[in-house]
Amino acid sequence: MATTQYLFAGFGGQGILFSGKFLAYKGLTEEKQVSWLPSYGPEMRGGTASCSVIISDTPVGSPIVSKPDVLIAMNLPSLDKYEDAVVSGGTIYVDSTLIERKVKRTDVTVHYIPATGLANENGMPTLANMIIVGKILGESNQFTDDSINAALGKVISARHADMLDFNLKALNLGKNN
Amino acid sequence: MADKVLMKGNEAIAEAAIIAGCRHYFGYPITPQTEIAAYMAKRMPKIGGCFLQAESEIAAINMVYGVASTGHRVMTSSSSPGISLKGEGLSYLAGADLPSLIVNVQRGGPGLGGIQPSQSDYYQATKAGGHGDFRMIVLAPASVQEMADLTVKGFELADTYRMTSMILADGTMGQMMEPVSLDLDVKPAPEKPWATTGTNLEREHNIVNSLFLSPEKLEEENFKRYERYKYIEENEAMYEEYMMDDAEICIAAFGIAARVAKNAINEARAQGIKVGLIRPITLWPFPNAPFKKAAESVKQIISVELSMGQMIDDIKLASECRVPVTLCNRVGGMIPSPEQVLEAIIEANNGGAK
Repeated sequence: MATTQYLFAGFGGQGILFSGKFLAYKGLTEEKQVSWLPSYGPEMRGGTASCSVIISDTPVGSPIVSKPDVLIAMNLPSLDKYEDAVVSGGTIYVDSTLIERKVKRTDVTVHYIPATGLANENGMPTLANMIIVGKILGESNQFTDDSINAALGKVISARHADMLDFNLKALNLGKNN
Repeated sequence: MADKVLMKGNEAIAEAAIIAGCRHYFGYPITPQTEIAAYMAKRMPKIGGCFLQAESEIAAINMVYGVASTGHRVMTSSSSPGISLKGEGLSYLAGADLPSLIVNVQRGGPGLGGIQPSQSDYYQATKAGGHGDFRMIVLAPASVQEMADLTVKGFELADTYRMTSMILADGTMGQMMEPVSLDLDVKPAPEKPWATTGTNLEREHNIVNSLFLSPEKLEEENFKRYERYKYIEENEAMYEEYMMDDAEICIAAFGIAARVAKNAINEARAQGIKVGLIRPITLWPFPNAPFKKAAESVKQIISVELSMGQMIDDIKLASECRVPVTLCNRVGGMIPSPEQVLEAIIEANNGGAK
């Protein structure tokens, strides 16, 4: 894995930017080269949100992910918009609670996770994003406790320290799904 | 090595400014640079500094003029339309030989334009910041680390040469997060005997002014300023070269365009095409020397820009038009893709410019 380009996409409020930031920080604690680029502007306000994350062993060139290796689609418009952009042989993670249709591509690996449903059932309705990230880390053999804890410590402010356990639980839910 | 943190480019500028000793920030919100003001609003009160949201961009730049007159490090930031509003103030700062740091996180134009990234204020920054004969030192970061490093450098150059330094970034650089080390090397600010700090009845009044009604005197002021500019042009140009040693095609790009270009260059190299990059870090003074040298060996220069082609003029001058210089661009908030740049490289390799 020299370079992995992730594209997180969903709507505002799903923690698209947060989960991307977590993944970037996890890369940083593992001494990888990382970049994180959000969509910004009016589309953040209730519309679609997306964020490009690149994690690499070599310096990151353009921070813009236009051909993701990994697409995280957390609503239907995002899957519709970005499905075709994923590289052949790439991976798509789908929140199957919110997206009823199947992925049309046959040259990519697809994981359907009922993330929003799982999050609601487990009393953590805002953490569907981290359930999917847990799945990604599990599938790609990156579920390393040390760097996960370190990265959570960075992205969760002291003020919200009570959310640490919920996030860990969400990551584990995703991994074991 | 100091711990690296993930920061947005805008936040890195703000923190670096504070580390450089800036305790006065004046601004007015505008996307995509508002994080600078937000960061300053949070931090300045805690360290005895002053954050002030002015009633307009014009007010903010004139507050900068006021603080700069006292010799303190001071800054403002905005995005393209807001910088246009500051044009008068930039000219007055130059006319009064005051040091300051101005940040432009560019968005698409002209007019109110859009809020997505752009580099179409190149002319404004390097040639026409306001009326009259004057220059600004223009620094073009291409990473979050450089957003921090060049902020410190900008304050230092401004103090050294008593002029405005401008950070010319774009929406991508402002919004993206990358690891950044804030273990920044800050040199002590030079003495400022010209500052209006009170005479204590021990010296003549210092006067900060840009009004010279005598044409002889005003001409002399301009001549003196341009002697300084000449020295800066000879001594302060900064650039990065990437794979230029054996390059037959040269890409010229700054900021985000240079990042995209590097992807394309790596891909082209993998296909056996000898292509390299000259990335100006200072846009004024423009790094003429590497382009002049490149023109002796490359068969074409491709300027990759998020504008209709502005830096390309300086490249033609620097390379003395000895090789074709072509443009590869997107505008209006769009960014050239690595594929688009690669296509331009392949075309150049297959026979060059038309």
